[in-house]
Amino acid sequence: MSQENTGKRICPTTGLPICLDAQFFIKCNAVLAVVFLLVGGIGALLLALTRWQAVHLLPVDWFYRILTLHGLNMLIFWILFFEIAILYFAATSLLNCKLASTKAAWVSLLMMLIGALMVDVIIVLGKADVMMTSYLPLLAHPTFYFGIILVAVGALVGVLNYFATLYKAKKLKTYQGSVPLVVFGATAAAIIAVVTLLHGAIAIVPTFLHSMGWIAQPDPIWYRMTWWGLGHMSQQVNVCAMVSVWYLLGALTTGAKPLNETVCRGAFLLYIFFINLASAHHLLVDPAISVGWKIWNTSYAMYLAVLASMIHGFTVPASVEVAMRHKGYGRGLFGWLASAPWRNPGFSAFFLSLVIFGFGGGITGVTLGTQQINIIAHNTLRIPGHFHVTVVGGTTLAFMGLAYYVVPLMFQREYVFKKLARLQPYLFGIGITTMAMGMSFAGSMGVARRNWDIEATGSIYGPAAHLFLAAVGIGGVLAFTGLLLFILLTVGTVLCGRSFAGKPMESWGTPRELAREEGHAPLGAPAGFRGGAPAMAMAEAHPTQGTMVLAMIFLLSFAVYYFANWKALADAWPVR
Amino acid sequence: MNQASRSSLECPAPDWFHAPTGNERTWIGLALCWCMVMSLMMPYWHFKGKQNSSGEAYSVKPADFIKRAEKFVLANTGAESLLDDGLSPVVPAPPGEVYLVAKQFFWFPTLKLRAGETYRLHVSSADFQHGFSLQPLNMNFQVVPGYDHVLTIKPQSPGTYPIVCNEFCGIGHQSMVGKIIVE
Amino acid sequence: MNEPNKKHMIQRLMDNTWLLLALGILIPFLSYTVWGWIEILLVKTAPLP
Repeated sequence: MSQENTGKRICPTTGLPICLDAQFFIKCNAVLAVVFLLVGGIGALLLALTRWQAVHLLPVDWFYRILTLHGLNMLIFWILFFEIAILYFAATSLLNCKLASTKAAWVSLLMMLIGALMVDVIIVLGKADVMMTSYLPLLAHPTFYFGIILVAVGALVGVLNYFATLYKAKKLKTYQGSVPLVVFGATAAAIIAVVTLLHGAIAIVPTFLHSMGWIAQPDPIWYRMTWWGLGHMSQQVNVCAMVSVWYLLGALTTGAKPLNETVCRGAFLLYIFFINLASAHHLLVDPAISVGWKIWNTSYAMYLAVLASMIHGFTVPASVEVAMRHKGYGRGLFGWLASAPWRNPGFSAFFLSLVIFGFGGGITGVTLGTQQINIIAHNTLRIPGHFHVTVVGGTTLAFMGLAYYVVPLMFQREYVFKKLARLQPYLFGIGITTMAMGMSFAGSMGVARRNWDIEATGSIYGPAAHLFLAAVGIGGVLAFTGLLLFILLTVGTVLCGRSFAGKPMESWGTPRELAREEGHAPLGAPAGFRGGAPAMAMAEAHPTQGTMVLAMIFLLSFAVYYFANWKALADAWPVR
Repeated sequence: MNQASRSSLECPAPDWFHAPTGNERTWIGLALCWCMVMSLMMPYWHFKGKQNSSGEAYSVKPADFIKRAEKFVLANTGAESLLDDGLSPVVPAPPGEVYLVAKQFFWFPTLKLRAGETYRLHVSSADFQHGFSLQPLNMNFQVVPGYDHVLTIKPQSPGTYPIVCNEFCGIGHQSMVGKIIVE
Repeated sequence: MNEPNKKHMIQRLMDNTWLLLALGILIPFLSYTVWGWIEILLVKTAPLP
């Protein structure tokens, strides 16, 4: 075959074109992502077993050190590497275009890798016990800041490579009309990544210069505000990437199609405009910043970006419902859900991620980010309780689901020990949810985050706090087991999975059609992935009642949790 | 509308722009209403609610703030209590301006306030960022060197209320617990 | 496209990656960052030393 000439191959499973250059860098970035996931994960286990006071594993300095390491490796390194892989995939395979620049891809990869290694080494050497946030006047060794700058600039180069590929695809007319929805979501992620990384540069470069003794210390409030432009906006990149992955996995596992492109894209548009404003929720109880700024920005512009999340929270499961009903699994309100391919780890990870992120992350996030409610939440364990549900139970779990397709399809090797792989999302999801709930309940009692010993000066919080911290420990161990299992299976697959080059991969299991319908899918493709009736006609024939019920339950839970928090706030002392 | 179906991985049909219909439209409407409710809650509470974080603050040099706090301690106890010795004198304070300094790893002084009275609590840091976390009320505010953060508070009932530092400030961070006494 | 006039304005906005990039940078930068920086710059000094 003339693969060398075209620089691409056709995936026998999905029928998608795979740019060979992009494939190489997708593999590199995905592998590095998993390496840093492991580093962060080992940190997670050690931390969970320390906050579980009965175990109290790490000594005091190592606790704060590992906490710094864990934050950076999970929130920045693992996630950014994986997202660069997703961007390269979206721009090349879904637009049938070659990667714009392999040079840029190399520069990006090496800068990110060297930067991440610099940061990890300097932390382990004990010269950067400052937490991921490194709030001035706390000061780390200059290598810490320089490493982060390298990672940020490297990631930016990767993102620009993505935009260059989009430009090339449009110029060469490799696709017709508008880009696919997954690409649109990836573009939203990439745009937010640019904003994020610019803020990172503005915050960290002067801090680096100060750490070298070359300039005076930047103002601490200015630093907090600008740093969270990097810190939270990077998480919004994760939200966009996660939602794009939901649509992708929905398509691959159930043949789901977006019911209305306008709605889905409109929601991403709201993300692009407004989701970044909410970095403000880190500064709600800060001095020197006005109520107007706090309320407007923390509200994501009157919650329009939250509306976007609620839209995706409906359209994603609704598209699965329609696809399942169309195949004939339409018994009652939830027959479609019961018959969904729960044994397929791509599906289970995706749907668990949706539920955990929506019910857990979304509701707690908006509530904790309410200007006044933040008074009873800031810097308590409620905050990590929230973000472990979103970044870990949401984004990381979704990315794991994606890996169950990307790894076999890129490396053309079957996953090893598939029975274990099918269990893994459940183990991880249950572990993280348990841990996060322990954190949230402990935090509601006032237990502080980033604290080595809540009994250092005697008992302050009462015995129930220990119960919840035990849940943190146990949940953390479960989650780590799920994480380690994922890493071992993935590394095992890359190294010695059974090769299936040239053939379609074995299906993880997709629902077969009970009802015959027109059109046919390519050989080996997941049922209903291509072909079949138009989505909107399907939706009219098979309304989304089940999803509607789930959405109403969600809305009710939201309202209850939200107002319960206002009530709890009202019990505090008057303060202004 | 005889279009081939399009998954999220394929380019949509050229005429993909449609207004939402059916359950999608209903849901968007409901969600939007909920967003409006939430949008109104914060301004409502700002005017009608008793717990707010106005962010009232003034820039101040840490050394000057410490001097002011020591002056406050002197005026209310008649005793010279310097910050540096790490002790936290108990200061019975009349309603009005009261001062609290956060420093690695203690709070200075220990304020004795009266329930039902209003105080303007000036909090700042002598060194790093700290977190003012009043328990068991679970009221949390950021304490930043260079900023006199003014919290207008009204203690409600007698008791001893620990102040936990909940912003990482160094290796002794977990020992940084002060208190406010209310009579 | 053969008939660009037929595309809805919002569809044209969504198809314009560069405009989205510009707005996606500008809106948060002004609303969150620049407004926030101005707030910090306008902080008054403490009335008493």
